[in-house]
Amino acid sequence: MSASSLPLYTTSLQRIAHWALVFFCVAVLLFLIAPVLVVVPLAFNNEPYFRFPIEIYSLRWFKELFTNPVWLQAILNSLLTATLATLLATTLGTLAAVGLNHHNLPGKRFLMAVLISPMIVPVVVLAVGSYLFFSRLGIANNLLGIVLVHAVLGMPFVVITVTATLGGFDMNLMRAARGLGASQLEAFRRIMLPLVWPGVLSGALFAFATSFDEVVVVLFLGGPEQTTLPRQMWTGLREQLSPTILSAAFMLILFAIAMLLTLEMLRRRSVAMRGLVE
Amino acid sequence: MDSEANLSQRLRKAERRGQLRAYALIAPLFIFVALSFLIPLGTVLLNSFYDPVVPSGLPRTVRALADWNGPRDQIPPEPVYAALAQDLKEAVQAEKHGSIANRLNVEESGLRTVFMRAARRVSAQEDGPWAPFFEAADPGWAQPGIWGTIRNLASPTHSLFYLSALDAKRNQDGSVGPQPEDQRIHITIYLRTLGVALTVTLMCILLGFPLAYLLAHLRDKTANLLLILVLLPFWTSLLVRTTAWMVVLQKEGVINSLLQALHLISEPLPLVFNRFGVVVAMTHILLPFMVLPMYSVMRQIPVSYVRAARSLGAGPLTAFIRVYLPQCIPGLGAGALLVFILALGYYITPALLGGSTDQMISYFVETNMSRSLNWGLASALAAILLGAVLVLYAAYDRLVGANNLKLG
Repeated sequence: MSASSLPLYTTSLQRIAHWALVFFCVAVLLFLIAPVLVVVPLAFNNEPYFRFPIEIYSLRWFKELFTNPVWLQAILNSLLTATLATLLATTLGTLAAVGLNHHNLPGKRFLMAVLISPMIVPVVVLAVGSYLFFSRLGIANNLLGIVLVHAVLGMPFVVITVTATLGGFDMNLMRAARGLGASQLEAFRRIMLPLVWPGVLSGALFAFATSFDEVVVVLFLGGPEQTTLPRQMWTGLREQLSPTILSAAFMLILFAIAMLLTLEMLRRRSVAMRGLVE
Repeated sequence: MDSEANLSQRLRKAERRGQLRAYALIAPLFIFVALSFLIPLGTVLLNSFYDPVVPSGLPRTVRALADWNGPRDQIPPEPVYAALAQDLKEAVQAEKHGSIANRLNVEESGLRTVFMRAARRVSAQEDGPWAPFFEAADPGWAQPGIWGTIRNLASPTHSLFYLSALDAKRNQDGSVGPQPEDQRIHITIYLRTLGVALTVTLMCILLGFPLAYLLAHLRDKTANLLLILVLLPFWTSLLVRTTAWMVVLQKEGVINSLLQALHLISEPLPLVFNRFGVVVAMTHILLPFMVLPMYSVMRQIPVSYVRAARSLGAGPLTAFIRVYLPQCIPGLGAGALLVFILALGYYITPALLGGSTDQMISYFVETNMSRSLNWGLASALAAILLGAVLVLYAAYDRLVGANNLKLG
């Protein structure tokens, strides 16, 4: 809203208030984006310092990130864990969301509240609990335990996005498919899935990002071999602030930008598809 | 009539089949959630009051003490010592004596030595009398104290961990009293956790409300563009943002060097490893959770209401407070409650950006788990935190509906 769009009858006091608001909001937005603005240039600093001004720019720390076997292993571990957790969360979450879409399901609200609760339960509590329980089952200190808990943490996002997408899905399409001779499974695969996949995919992205960023569960359940990227960063931050952390941070910011763009694309796609349906 | 009844019956049947199919689709996820979420949380609750180390490690002693049931200021008679000797021999054989000694030591420091001295000698001794044997091993066995502790731990379920989490303890004479001064830390931690969470929530309201208001009143295109600035940090890794704040706030960090270059300060300000750093970073991380629900509610408030109020004679302030603000309450409440719930359980950010007096409950759950090895106390603290969060979550579900928990 530029000043010209303010109505003519605004008093000067209101004008001042308006510009004060704009100024304040610019400051808040700067606050929000500041960390990103600070990390990006420093990641290219040739010197191992975290201060401005930067005299020589270089890719030195990126080279370190992608050649040091410790960091490389951490990146691979993170990708593996997040991929497995995402597959598990997305498959189970999508199926459940289809079930939860049923128009008359007793206990639906309670089920939904339980399935979404992993988002708000403090992750330390879950980490302690899974450590206590999984060590009895013998799956603490390895990848399987981490994957299971990460899948639980990512699953609510899948359930939420897929149920939201299904909310705009016209169930008559399924009835039509069935009436034309398709089996239940075929109707799901050829009619429902193509129309809800943007929701499924954005849920999967959320789940992937959740696992990719998670460190507390890894600290409790991970053996010495499960050094994921966040765990490596955590260790670095606690012991010695190495500049490689900033290059890793830069890569994660790129990852966040890619996520944001993909999600926006999926959202538009989903809206367009639903426009087609309605 | 007959066919009509038949039809409604068939409809009901079809309906039930549909419901069953829906439940069948949900079942795999529910089983998975039960196994890797609900049971682990249940294990935390169980561990907070179930503690069988002493009754399963010293079963005869516990029984003999119950049979004797003498006053707490006396030492037990010979049969109890004999039972203990028997238990101790078995415990040493099974190498369980160390964990029993540790368990006693958690209740009363110093008891580990007393217990281990007897355990080390008991295998060499064939027969009694046992009371003098134990007294010779360590004079502590001739005091009523250690017997009181064993009696406090005699039942496999007890409330000692919760007492400890509330800065109280059961004394050796059986009475409940306060912990020694240097261990009376938990109430302070709860208050601190609440204080930090409240401060962060207030900061989020203070910064988030004007921003959401402005975004809601901008043209869609501009608003969407500016929303990217809210969403990008939201999607950026938590550790990246914590790292960034460390870089910005530290002694030689961006802010301090800037202020020093401008000659506004001569000494660097202490901005990090204290409460300030924790609140700034947590506000930054949680602000999107405030802005997004508030923005979506504010965008749906019709402008005409405020205009109507103005044309009916209300001043701009009155119209804002009495007409606009009440309509924002759902978004404001949802955002504030969510921020508060999430802030209560924070661990990473205070651990990295706070000093030793800025740590919240989660941190003490972690240290009791991995450093003090007092898993029972860790579980009791975790259970208290979980309880608080679940009560607030139930309120959230009531007010907003859990499935409206939209993030981005």
